[in-house]
Formats: sequence, structure tokens, C-alpha cells
Amino acid sequence: MALADGVNRAMRRVPIGPLYVSAFAPAAWWLWLAVGNRLGADPVATLEHSLGLTALQFLVGALAVTPLRDVTGVSLLRFRRMLGLMAFWYAAMHVAVWVSLDRQFDWARITADLFKRPYIIVGMAAFLMLLPLAATSFDAAVRRMGPVAWRRLHRLAYAAGLLAAAHFIWLVKAWPPEPLIYGAVMVALVGWRLLPRTRRTRRPVATG
Amino acid sequence: MLIKTIPRLRPSDVTPRAAWMGRREMMTGIAGLAAATLAPGRGRAAGITGRPSPFSTDDAPTAIEHVTGYNNFYEFGTAKEDPARNAHTLTTTPWSVVVDGLVANPGTYALEDLYSTDSLEERIYRLRCVEGWSMVIPWVGFPLAEILDRADPDASAKYVAFETLVRPEEMPAQRGLFQPLDWPYVEGLRLDEAMHPLTIMAVGLYGEELPNQNGAPLRLVVPWKYGFKSIKSVVRITLTEEQPPTTWNTLQPREFGFYSNVNPAVDHPRWSQADERVVGEGLLAGRRETELFNGYADEVAGLYAGMDLTKFF
Repeated sequence: MALADGVNRAMRRVPIGPLYVSAFAPAAWWLWLAVGNRLGADPVATLEHSLGLTALQFLVGALAVTPLRDVTGVSLLRFRRMLGLMAFWYAAMHVAVWVSLDRQFDWARITADLFKRPYIIVGMAAFLMLLPLAATSFDAAVRRMGPVAWRRLHRLAYAAGLLAAAHFIWLVKAWPPEPLIYGAVMVALVGWRLLPRTRRTRRPVATG
Repeated sequence: MLIKTIPRLRPSDVTPRAAWMGRREMMTGIAGLAAATLAPGRGRAAGITGRPSPFSTDDAPTAIEHVTGYNNFYEFGTAKEDPARNAHTLTTTPWSVVVDGLVANPGTYALEDLYSTDSLEERIYRLRCVEGWSMVIPWVGFPLAEILDRADPDASAKYVAFETLVRPEEMPAQRGLFQPLDWPYVEGLRLDEAMHPLTIMAVGLYGEELPNQNGAPLRLVVPWKYGFKSIKSVVRITLTEEQPPTTWNTLQPREFGFYSNVNPAVDHPRWSQADERVVGEGLLAGRRETELFNGYADEVAGLYAGMDLTKFF
């Protein structure tokens, strides 16, 4: 495990604060392009889709931390809170763009969509599940809830991940590969947790 | 089967570009100017112009970079930018079209023999995509009825079936593991829809030859139906008695009907069709209310008199 240990040692020296800042860089860049009307033919859709896709990617990252440690011994646990929170923030911006720029605060149609459109229902459900996770992400909340209750609550991330992937698959026409790949990855990451603990404990990595 | 022909002289071969561009500018003002400045220099930008048509909308045409850069043409990939990126591989000369089925005069036509340049009109049409966005596009084309009249449909002919080219070596999404649709892409119209004067075969766009990503060299345009009905790069037109299979309807029958008339009151099962984002209007433009038959109700509503548009969606 020399390699994994080396990676872990190096990772411990990475400061978290700047990572938060850089994780917002894509959003800032798109906003910059949007203000200059350089987001292409359908800028609202581009912005909306980019934010949603990034949220999904951070969610994949957060859910990959444990399987990655189980399989390779590399622990990114220090970064998991950041990954999860960024998933939440990008999902929040995604929803905000949908409500404001896309739906123009047309509450009648927003409400209708929230009740009638399965892909919007599961997408909103995924976002709502991230809310309590973000709200209990700081250290004091973990202390106050106790580790057992906190961990139980944060299993919502699995459901949020699956619903977010379903949301993506559900909104496209035909079967383009990208949403299917995200769906498969999400199923694998959540399915990993269902394996018996003995099957998924850390095993040695080949170094040669 | 492809029939080799000597390309017929186009008006642009004998008319100085400045002269016909001048005519265009008079006709379409700013739009023509924009086309001249922005038309992608792909090397074969031969002009194709047509008479102005009373069927044209007064709405301002969508910028050419969006019309030619934001496309659904799944043979070249499923992303909107894919067709513009990949369609340059398509060879469109020579091009022949089979007209067959229940007609007195079946035949295989070289593209040049399919229409007369005298019959070309500029039709500025709204286009509404089933996905919920729209554009305004200055097509150059001729009525499909001209092809059908010449073919002389039998009395038993009730439908017209269309087929897109299958050429995997030039259409990347027709080869490989992930193929989004079954090929060939097929579409269909009822004969009266096909004969309607609004229904055209387009060969040009913004006063130039149709770019590959827009369905070169010959595509259907049916402005009151969702965009996917307007099949691209057509190689076969077949008159049938039975309603022909159509690609999206075959893939997801509950979601995409044979008729697929634009109708704000009939939602797609997964999303609303009540409104649309107008392409090129920017970040703050909001949505436009979608109109029944995409605003062409005065012209085409009669085709569907007495029909339940919710059932025949």
C-alpha cells in the first residue's frame, strides 16, 4: 500500500479552502460568458444544463470517495464534504436558473411541472434531499446529531444520486450515451454499499 | 443507385455574386446582409435564391450562426453542435432521389432534375422543435406538390413516405456501438399535408446552398409540425396507401405521434409544449407562447377538421 499511503500523505497537505473557491470557477466562467451573450444559440438551456451536469459530477465524486478507499486505499475523505456541498450549490444554481431565466417565475407553470413531469419531480426530489445534507454539513451539526444519526441522515445522498441520474436519463430524447453512463456509474457507486462489508474491504493494490 | 450527371449550371455560375447579393439585400434587407457577412466559407457557397413568398413570416430570421450551428441531425451525433462539426464529410454531389410507390410515373431523379430554379421561393418559416425551442429560418425551396404532381399519384395513394440517406462512412452516428436511432431515418405525411402549399422541399438557406448540417442537399420543411417531421437529406419519396412508419413514432409511440402538429394544448408526456425558448434571443428573453399549428392555423387547420388532435397527436 506504499503508493496509496504516499497519495494519502500528499493529499493531507492540500488546503481545502482554495478548493471551494476553484470549485465555483466553472459557474463564474459560465456567468461571464452569459453576460457577454457568448453561451451560444440557447444560452438559458446551456447554462441550466451545465450547472445540472456539474452538480451530478460533484455528486458522483462525493459518492466515489468510499469505494475508492475500499478498492485502492486512497482516502479522499477530507474532501468529501466539499464535494457534497458543491453538488448542493450547483444543484441550487441549476434550480435557480430553471425558476428564473428559464421559467421566468411563472409559478403556475412551475407548479404544474412539479406535479406533472416525472423528470422534474425526481430532479426536485434529489435537490430537496441534498438540502438537509448541506444544512447538517458543518462540524457542530455532526456533534449535535451524533455520528449514528448523522450517518443515517446522510444516506439520503445515495437516493439523491440515483434520482439525479434518473432525472438526466428521463429528460433526453432516445438513448444518448452520456446520461446512461452517469446512470450506470451511479448505480455502481450506490450498489457498492449493498455489498457485504467483507467483500468490499480494502485489498492490496498491485504496485508493479 | 446513384446516377452520375453533369452538374447543371446554376444561376450563380453566370451571375456575378455582387449582382445577386444586391438583389437579395433589396429583398430581405438586413437578413440578406447578415447572410453575406456570416455565411460559413465552406468553399462551395453557391447562391440559391428564390422569389419572395406571401407565406413568409414577418418575424426576424434567427442569426445564421445559430441556424447552421444548433441542429438536430442524429446521423451526425446527438449534441446540437455535432452536425455543424461532423457533417462536412457528407458528399452531396451527385445526389439522386427515388420517387416511387403508388404513382403513374416512378423514377430516379438527379437532384438537378427534380426542380426548376424558376420555381424556387424564399420561405421564411418559423420552426418549432419538439424539445421546446424555436427559430425563424429563411429557406429557399419549392413546393413538394411539384414532385408529387409530376409523379402522378394513384387514386389509392393516401400517404407519402420519406427516407434519409444511409451512408455510415460519411455519417458517424450510423456506425459504431452507440447508435441513437435505427436507420434510415424515415418520416411521413398524409397526402393532403404533403400537397399543401406550405409544404416545401428546401435546397437553400439564407440565400446559399443548404449547408450539410441542415439537411443538404434536399430536405422537407413542414412548418406547422415539430421539426423532426422535416426530414433531412432525402433520398426516397414513396407514395403509399397505409400510414408509413416514422422514426420517432416507432421509437416512442406514446411520445411522438405520426401527426406531431405543433399544439400548445397537447403536451409531450414528459414536458409541456405550452411555450418555447426562441433561439438567439439571449439570456433574459423569456419564453414565447407556442401557437396552434405553430401559427399556421389559418392555412392548415382545415386539414384536421373534425379530428381529435389529442388522440391524433
